[in-house]
Amino acid sequence: MSVLELIIALPLLAVLAIWLGAPARAASLGATFINLALVLYTAVQYAGKTGLAFTYSRPILENPSLSFAVGADGISIILALLTALVMLAAIWQIEDRPPIFYIASLLIGGGALGAFLTTDVFFIYAFHELALIPTFLMIALHGRAEPAQRKAVAWKATIYLGAGSLVLLAGLAWLVLEFSGGSKLTFDLEALRSQAKLTPLPDAKQAQIFFVLLLGFGSLVSLFPFHSWAAPAYATAPTPVAMLHSGVLKKFGLYGLIRIALPLLPQGVHVEWVQNALLLMLLGNILVMGLVTIHASRLDDTLANSSVMHMGYIFLGIAAGTDIALKGAVILMFAHGISIALLFGLCGRMRNQLGTLEYNKLGGLASHAPAFTVLFAFGAFASIGLPGLTNFAGEVMIFLGNFTDFKAGGLSNLQWTVILALWGVVMSAVYMLRAYRSIFHGSPTTGLFMIDPAFSQRVPFILLAATLLITGCCPWLLLNLMKSAL
Amino acid sequence: MSVFTIEAGLAVLGLFLLLLEAFKPEISRQTLGLTAIAGTVLALVLFIFVSHDTASQPGFIQPWHQLDSLAIFYKGFALVITILVLWLTLQCAPYLTRFTVDGKLAEMFSLPLIVCAGMMWMASARDLVTVFVALELVTVSFYVLVAFARKSSFSLEAGVKYLILGALSTGVLVYGIAWIYGATGTMSFDGIAKALANPATSKTTALFGAAVLLCGLGFKVAAAPFHMWVPDVYQGAPTPVTAFLSVGSKAAGFVVLTRALDAFLVEGSIIGSEIQALLLVVGSLTVLLGSLPAMFQTSVKRLLAYSSISHAGYLLLALACRESARFDLSSGGVVAFYLATYLPMTVLGFLGLGLMRANGLGEDIKDFTGLAKRNPLLALLMTVSFASLAGLPLTAGFLGKLFVFLGLADHGYWGALSCAIVAAAAGFYYYFKTILAMYTTEGTDVPALSFSVAAKSVAGALALAILILGVYPKPLQGVLTSDRAAAVVAK
Repeated sequence: MSVLELIIALPLLAVLAIWLGAPARAASLGATFINLALVLYTAVQYAGKTGLAFTYSRPILENPSLSFAVGADGISIILALLTALVMLAAIWQIEDRPPIFYIASLLIGGGALGAFLTTDVFFIYAFHELALIPTFLMIALHGRAEPAQRKAVAWKATIYLGAGSLVLLAGLAWLVLEFSGGSKLTFDLEALRSQAKLTPLPDAKQAQIFFVLLLGFGSLVSLFPFHSWAAPAYATAPTPVAMLHSGVLKKFGLYGLIRIALPLLPQGVHVEWVQNALLLMLLGNILVMGLVTIHASRLDDTLANSSVMHMGYIFLGIAAGTDIALKGAVILMFAHGISIALLFGLCGRMRNQLGTLEYNKLGGLASHAPAFTVLFAFGAFASIGLPGLTNFAGEVMIFLGNFTDFKAGGLSNLQWTVILALWGVVMSAVYMLRAYRSIFHGSPTTGLFMIDPAFSQRVPFILLAATLLITGCCPWLLLNLMKSAL
Repeated sequence: MSVFTIEAGLAVLGLFLLLLEAFKPEISRQTLGLTAIAGTVLALVLFIFVSHDTASQPGFIQPWHQLDSLAIFYKGFALVITILVLWLTLQCAPYLTRFTVDGKLAEMFSLPLIVCAGMMWMASARDLVTVFVALELVTVSFYVLVAFARKSSFSLEAGVKYLILGALSTGVLVYGIAWIYGATGTMSFDGIAKALANPATSKTTALFGAAVLLCGLGFKVAAAPFHMWVPDVYQGAPTPVTAFLSVGSKAAGFVVLTRALDAFLVEGSIIGSEIQALLLVVGSLTVLLGSLPAMFQTSVKRLLAYSSISHAGYLLLALACRESARFDLSSGGVVAFYLATYLPMTVLGFLGLGLMRANGLGEDIKDFTGLAKRNPLLALLMTVSFASLAGLPLTAGFLGKLFVFLGLADHGYWGALSCAIVAAAAGFYYYFKTILAMYTTEGTDVPALSFSVAAKSVAGALALAILILGVYPKPLQGVLTSDRAAAVVAK
């Protein structure tokens, strides 16, 4: 028995308890509280160490060799921490909703925890799928649009994610077939990794498999041009689902690339055609989606599109593949997850109270809701990449990580991409500051105003904002968990 | 006591119940049904005790009756599905009797026992004659069962269609057997394998015979392009019979296919590569022709019928992936594993349908609207069943599909693999359409539904089996890597 198994099991047990009649809010808050404590405990235990820790394996099939194996390294723990934080905030901010909101949040969060903390490819994949179902059902049944429209949005997201998952499954199956040593198929990530070290594949083949995985994982992360499901889904999804999916679950694709694709296929991303394709796609995320975001006229559209756009920077870290850039990518994953969850949570409250999120109908909210405004500012500024908040640390590391092999006289494709991508930061500043200004400052054009939520309802947002500030000022807290080279 | 005695005993019990009903009409259907169930359960218990005792088999049956691990698995399978179908019939009885001529259900309890005996014999068959006799025992009983609700025109139509196409396929099957006999001079699988490995055997004759034989069996397992009868027959037949057809009859077809293909694709077979190509093409067609039309169905029963076609396609693809050079997984093992996971999810799906029908509801997707509000438990259980049929990870259905995909990828059958993936994606769509309907609440103001404790517990047990096998498939390990493949090659 490992503590990680408990962390994975708790949300699922809470779901069972709610289904059997336990009070939904109490059960889910209790489970997520304990979970956060447990994850913090593992983080403290792990700090400064390297390699996999807290491992435990229960074989479930001998041939092909499948086991429910848990284990965590720094990346897993950082993402588990992200999940636990966002889950707690997302569940806490639910008000006056039927139990299915709690159940869905627990399942999405629990699925994400399972995906991040297991080390068997079969379960990594399976837990992610588990989390997709409630996402789909919640958008289709409780989304914030007319039934026909929200069903269309839910189907679109599901078709993209489902097709992406199947491509991913094909890529993973390919990996398993290539790297299973001996006469048994094995799905154990560690075994696959050691086999990959022992007998690496030729570069050309690595590139092919990497590209399949990139398409599979990429469509789960809304990599351009497979991104068009994401913005409408987040804008329509009920608040906790938007927080959990954009904040946590979407990181699964990036996690998979860093945890599975890069170690098994170390040369895959550096083969020229793969790298160029990836750079083009991520520039699509940053520049095209940046321009799309600037044109958004509603807060939920802005946030949803910005979330797609910011994925580009994390892909940039993966494309560089250097140690510092990858660590930056992990930090940015964490930072983006916290900041976008904070923003979506606040956005959901505004929609409930005001009934609209159109920029031209809002203004001057700051005068009656100062605390709310400050919290929003934290999210918005973090999202822009203001120094002192976590996103900055991640972005800087990614940008610098691309220049570790800088030679005077010639810039590589990667470095040109960084130079272009920097313009994305400007775009972020434009749309986020515009959103902030038109909603909170100026004069209330339509007379709409809102007041600060009660303190107990501010807590989840304060939690997220404080995390941004703490890890932003002391990014070594996170870096300490990633002592080994990725 | 030997396995053969148990099989014979089941058939005798079936005949006895048939006569009992004819001469003592005052016996209630409850008594008949419970007797049949008790008899089958007893048979299952006895079977578990004696199944490994091959020595006690009577000598005279040895030439045509074998008891290897494959046979034991399918015999157990047949007993379990028969018990479930009998029980389901009893649950649906009040509704079903409205459509029978005399308001009675006697044959519905006796014929499944005879079908069961037939399936058990089929699992042990060593030669094509035994296969044929056992298969006809099953099929002829099914002609009666499908048309049982005679006052319903759907059931009658289904019965006629099944009879005509079934008879035709039987003819094709016999024709194929005749050609095989002509080519190889033997009816036994071992003999056929030996003859096919001999280059002197006439290739054209053997190939034609094998292809025609596979066409005949293709009808039975609903392989494309011989699948057209399935939606109408499944829709028209009484729901318990549909479940029986979909699981029992299919499994019986596949055990024969496994045996026949072990012979046809034996090491060095002269017709090996052609038959393998045929299987891949037919399998790919079947998954697509099952899954794609299913997307447009409005009746859940028809949807399940199409899905059953597509599952047959995955099984055919699994059969096409012979023992891999790299990995120790037998294709017959993967088929058996797939069927073992297919049993609980399909029965659960039909059980839910039957229960809804018994409560006066229809079988359309729109009748499922708001089910989660009317009976959360049933909705949850149906969700488990549909999620597993769709092949969602952590349910039993995913593992079976995964092994099929891995096998296809391992052999490099990329075309078939893409067809399978497209079909799986389509599967996600139509199952989730149904699941979504269950949880849709708007515009539903309908009374709650309630079900008997027995119904709940059987359905719950099936759902639990799906979930447990999804995360802990170890109990099926023995099925997956049987030593049978090696044994066949050694002969």
